[in-house]
Amino acid sequence: MLAYILRRLLYAIPILIGVNLLTFALFFVVNTPDDMARLQLGAKHVTPDAIARWKVEHGYDKPLLLNTRANGSAQFTDTIFFKHSAAMFVFEFGKGDDGRNIGNEIRTRMGPSLAIALPVFVIGLLVNITFALLMVFFRSTYLDLWGVVLCVVLMSISGLFYIIAGQYFISKLWNLLPISGFAGGIDGLRFIVLPVLIGVVAGIGSGARWYRTIFLEEIGKDYVRTARAKGLSEVRVLFRHVLKNGMIPILTGAVVVLPLLFMGSLITESFFGIPGLGSYTIDAIQAQDFAVVRAMVFLGSFLYIVGLILTDISYSWADPRVRLQ
Amino acid sequence: MNTAWLNFDPVLLWTDALILTLLAGVLVLVWFIRRHEHLRAPWRSVAQRPMAMGSALVLSVFVIIGLLDSLHYREKLPDSLADAPHYSVDVLSVFDAMVGDLRTQQEKTYSEPLAMQLYAKEFVQRDGVAVREYPRLKFGGSHLRHASERVPDITRRSLIGLAQGLAVSLLLFGLLAAWQARRTQNSFGEWFMLWGEGRLDWPGRTVAVIVTLLLMMGGLLIHLAAAYHVFGTDKVGQDVLYISLKSIRTGLVIGTLTTLVTLPLAIGLGIAAGYFRGWIDDVIQYVYTVLNSIPGVLLIAAAVLIVQVYVESNPDLFDTAARRADIRLLALCLIMGVTSWTGLARLLRGESLKLRTLDYVEAARAFGVSHTRIISRHIFPNVFHLVLIAIVLDFSGLVLAEAVLSYVGVGVDPSMHSWGNMINGSRLELAREPVVWWQLGAAFTFMFTLVLAANLFADGVRDAFDPRQGGRQ
Amino acid sequence: MNALLKVDKLVTAFGRGDDALRVVDGISFHVAAGETYALLGESGCGKSMTALSLMRLLPDGGHIASGSVQLDGLDVLVLPEFDMRGVRGGGMAMIFQEPMLALNPVIKVGTQIAEALELHQHLTGEATWDAACALLNSVGVPDAERRLDSYPFELSGGLRQRVMIAMALAGKPKLLIADEPTTALDVTIQAQVLEVLRKLRTEQQMGMLLITHDLGVVAENADRVGVMYAGELVEEGARDAFFAAPKHPYSRMLFEALPRPGDGGRLTTIPGQVPGFDDKLQGCRFAPRCPHTIARCQSESPDWQELNGQRVRCHLAAELPVRIERELTAHAKSTQSEEPLLQVEGLKVHFPVRRGFFQRTVGHVRAVDDVSLSIQAGRTLALVGESGCGKTTVGKALLRLIEPTAGTVSLGGEIIHANNAATLRRRAQMVFQDPFSSLNPRMRVADILLEGMDALGVGAAKDRREVMTQLLRQVGLPEDAGGRYPHAFSGGQRQRIAIARALAVSPQLVICDEPTSALDVSVQAQILNLLKDLQDSLGLAYLFITHNLAVVDYLAHDVAVMYLGRIVEQGAAADVLSSPRHPYTQALVSAVPRIEPQTGQHIIRLEGDQPSPLNPPQGCHFHPRCSHAIEVCRQTFPDPTLLENGHWVRCHWVVAQS
Repeated sequence: MLAYILRRLLYAIPILIGVNLLTFALFFVVNTPDDMARLQLGAKHVTPDAIARWKVEHGYDKPLLLNTRANGSAQFTDTIFFKHSAAMFVFEFGKGDDGRNIGNEIRTRMGPSLAIALPVFVIGLLVNITFALLMVFFRSTYLDLWGVVLCVVLMSISGLFYIIAGQYFISKLWNLLPISGFAGGIDGLRFIVLPVLIGVVAGIGSGARWYRTIFLEEIGKDYVRTARAKGLSEVRVLFRHVLKNGMIPILTGAVVVLPLLFMGSLITESFFGIPGLGSYTIDAIQAQDFAVVRAMVFLGSFLYIVGLILTDISYSWADPRVRLQ
Repeated sequence: MNTAWLNFDPVLLWTDALILTLLAGVLVLVWFIRRHEHLRAPWRSVAQRPMAMGSALVLSVFVIIGLLDSLHYREKLPDSLADAPHYSVDVLSVFDAMVGDLRTQQEKTYSEPLAMQLYAKEFVQRDGVAVREYPRLKFGGSHLRHASERVPDITRRSLIGLAQGLAVSLLLFGLLAAWQARRTQNSFGEWFMLWGEGRLDWPGRTVAVIVTLLLMMGGLLIHLAAAYHVFGTDKVGQDVLYISLKSIRTGLVIGTLTTLVTLPLAIGLGIAAGYFRGWIDDVIQYVYTVLNSIPGVLLIAAAVLIVQVYVESNPDLFDTAARRADIRLLALCLIMGVTSWTGLARLLRGESLKLRTLDYVEAARAFGVSHTRIISRHIFPNVFHLVLIAIVLDFSGLVLAEAVLSYVGVGVDPSMHSWGNMINGSRLELAREPVVWWQLGAAFTFMFTLVLAANLFADGVRDAFDPRQGGRQ
Repeated sequence: MNALLKVDKLVTAFGRGDDALRVVDGISFHVAAGETYALLGESGCGKSMTALSLMRLLPDGGHIASGSVQLDGLDVLVLPEFDMRGVRGGGMAMIFQEPMLALNPVIKVGTQIAEALELHQHLTGEATWDAACALLNSVGVPDAERRLDSYPFELSGGLRQRVMIAMALAGKPKLLIADEPTTALDVTIQAQVLEVLRKLRTEQQMGMLLITHDLGVVAENADRVGVMYAGELVEEGARDAFFAAPKHPYSRMLFEALPRPGDGGRLTTIPGQVPGFDDKLQGCRFAPRCPHTIARCQSESPDWQELNGQRVRCHLAAELPVRIERELTAHAKSTQSEEPLLQVEGLKVHFPVRRGFFQRTVGHVRAVDDVSLSIQAGRTLALVGESGCGKTTVGKALLRLIEPTAGTVSLGGEIIHANNAATLRRRAQMVFQDPFSSLNPRMRVADILLEGMDALGVGAAKDRREVMTQLLRQVGLPEDAGGRYPHAFSGGQRQRIAIARALAVSPQLVICDEPTSALDVSVQAQILNLLKDLQDSLGLAYLFITHNLAVVDYLAHDVAVMYLGRIVEQGAAADVLSSPRHPYTQALVSAVPRIEPQTGQHIIRLEGDQPSPLNPPQGCHFHPRCSHAIEVCRQTFPDPTLLENGHWVRCHWVVAQS
């Protein structure tokens, strides 16, 4: 088991290198620093001087891979690749266009992101499983049929609509909750309720429908018939036998996104003015702040790979067939 | 090609070309499926599902509008010479020509649905005095003499529209009944009984109801839109109905062309990984783990920026605004395709891993059949249903994604009509008093209708092609 | 006699109204306490649906349309669902065919048994666990204490089925319904499990409803027999009377379709197949396949009549001719050419096992370990063994579908290596076990048959259509079959297509991998006859891989018995099967349930299961299960000992005896 996890960890390294090279290619080779400067300066201010100055300011004035003017190891270290791409392996992200240290920003913004994303994830999981189990319990009745139709309707509605409608009705029209904002501690709770509520509702359609399929597949299996033949009640069959088997794909599907919760949600955070990593990312995209975008790409990939490893571990934890072999 | 004799200049945008290719591909596929019983059977079962047929009809309305909107041209300027014609810089589509004045009847700024006055008060010269009031619209309700005539006029037009729709529908139904009765050699009454009891071999009642509703809705819109802005106007006074209809093409392009990009990648790499295993599998898995691990939005953002830079540094390649917007749309489809093939590829890999151990593949190997032949004859036909299900399931997700991306600022070109841009442009107006809701409402309604229809249709297709029933029959 | 279970005119249907499929159609029978009642029939005749109806566990869409079921005087069908739960597991318990699928994979065996104990015996805590342990002991699970903590996947098939039985017994049921309890098990394991069931029935005076398609299992276990056909019971009687003289034409034909020792002639086959329930059924349901049909059979469904204590539903039961003993003819001695067609020397297939951080190879699964055999043209060699012994791997390695690790294969005098694989593929072909997975559902039969000819360039392209039509005729399929897809054919017809596909490139050797084990007995007979005819007319050699000794007896000239990757005994089929010398072969032969009246032959019971080929025991692989094992068996693998007629065996005990 330990050897297995170690091997998965080692496998993460080439993947991170791949991500790093890909982002390097996208941001520095296809899109040269000159292009970036032009885009940032705007058409009116593009002069060779301005471009050169912009590049110096942002540390993009070095050669890409090999600095022939430097000596010794500096030939490789005093390059854009080393300073801006390779440095990310030790989580050195440098500064954003606003001059702030990206690493610091990430640390302070993770909290607010989690404050929204984690409750959405946990409550959403519970609500979806409950809803799915209900539909499965009443399978081949009208309750199930309309439950599925409701799911399809819910998942056909744009996520933006949930947010806009929620903010408009709950906050603006009925004044139940603040429309946006964030605060730490218990005070902050009232800011969190609405985005969490909306996040959960927006996810019910696809989530519950997916889990229903999983449970339905399980309920058709032979062991369920055995459990019934033992004389177990339908509720017990569902909760002890079906749920336990159905949780394996559900858990492993959920665990992979767990680390990514740190990244927050772009849309929710920007609509609700939450100072998390999601709104940080969206601001960076809109301001074309490449340093931040690159940092977020690396962070996202890193967290995704952590998620993959956690998935493997959780899989072997949840399924004795994997654990014991 | 000498097109001087035409009074317009056909314009083939990149996405137009791809859409027409796609259409041709679909037609070929339909022809192919009709000739193969085992391919036709599940489609027949789709056609027997009321929900699937109903949503297919709604979808087809969207598709027709989208196709009409994909035939582009430029008008010849009236004063240009015959041998050296000059054309307008505006790229129009057949759809634009069909809706006529809807495009050109531009107001000054916001106006409510079916209104005859602007949304905001303005200083108007009345009898030489500047009065602050709601000015009349230039086009919306301009035929009315007094505000009190508005409601009766709307009612009258609505009723006429609905009645005409109903009449056309009844006429069509009569023709259909006569044809069907003759074909099945029943009397008209017998066929009508069968239809009424739902005992036809296709969901006749659902189709009739949906077609009637669509026709009545069409009648209603045509009659109202002739004199009003049915969904109001937007900030610059453009008709919201027109924008919403124009956005259909954008949604369809994103939903279909993206999948078109993903298919070769997903099918080729997925099957290769599963079938050959070994180092090929390792490499392909590595590539898709890397791609998958990069947050999609950021990758799209990076790619869109690249395209922007490219367009700006090559202005001579993109002579019209339409071409510029089009290349960005195409780039968006491409990059979304590149980021989203991994899911299907993983599915196909798993399925190919299973299939390659099946006895019929072993039997083919025992004959020394080549790998390409085994893949094309044994593996691909047996995973095709998964591909199909993925196409229809992905479609709605992509349409919804467009709105989010446009909001983030990495979606389609701001000058292009799309629901995402509509939402993005109007969400801040919600803070106004009274609220400007119609633009959002129209965008969400159109998007919801398309996505719901696509989802319901996808459900029907998935149930019909359900692999759990498909294997052993 | 007071009946424990009384079923009266039970009708189970899927769907309602005119379109309802009546899968069980008016069945009546009873089971007394302490009695085993066997429900016998081919697949799709409604046996399992009858059982599920009794338990009221029908799959979605199925419902009991009419009739009554009384368990110990209690009308089961009118009970509210809540009370029915007490009956399930408590009044009657059920065990299923596939023990791997029927146990919950993620719950410990002990917990699954405990669940039933808590429910029906209201035990709690420690007491439950002890009771579960006692139950496992009673069904003969070794090391029961430890097994309670295992997950189902950690147990072998035989143990799993014992756990199922233990679980069924937890509620102290009065009636045990066993639905094909041993079909998925190997024959030596089947003998163990059936013995457990017999012992329990006697000890606990349970009634048992045994559902099976296997006449042998019925003969050795049942007190009374009911034969089902197409949803109806067609014959019923005491075991001995039934086996002495079956009355219904269907029952008779089932017997005659069974290959039996010393039977060299043709098997009787039942033409056609069991009708689907959606066919409009009128008159006697067996009439379309019955050789004795008269006009009355077509129109009028026969009623029960009593004949010498047996009950039968046939208009002609009283008039049918007395059953003729099948003539027993020896195998026609086919001309033995000296030169073997296939010669295999020292074939090995080892799969590396990788473990640990660097995925180092830590060992090998020796699936096939030093196998040598030869087949002459026109003859059949049967490769016999239980599942997991490597017999299928041998077949695939010969065709290089799996790359062999070592050994030489020569075919028609030419040594086969990677470069002349095309020669191999023209001379040797394969027929697979499962006719459903061996035909691509997306290809027309014609394309399936042409595939091999195209790939190997056999014959001129323009003649291939002609060849194809001829092939279809040869395997007894209609000529228009080529245009259809596999799903239009039944299991037996599909197997004919698979045979035709193999024959398309005119091979000299056909490797048949359990070609009849997925088929019903009547269809099996058709395929066996076909294989035999083809051998006679084309001079084919067969390598016939099977676990079914009865089929070996019928078809094979020579037989090789495999155990854990090695051949332990080989010789002429008649010699090996009638006087097996290796203890394993002896156990195998004795474990096959027989339909003849008791011959006094006792079953040699094998302890435990076949070990894993990853870690085969030292010395003779069989010694841990062998009752004759001596010290030398634990140390060295025995060399072949030649007996008479080319019959040889690898056994120290045999050497010591002679």
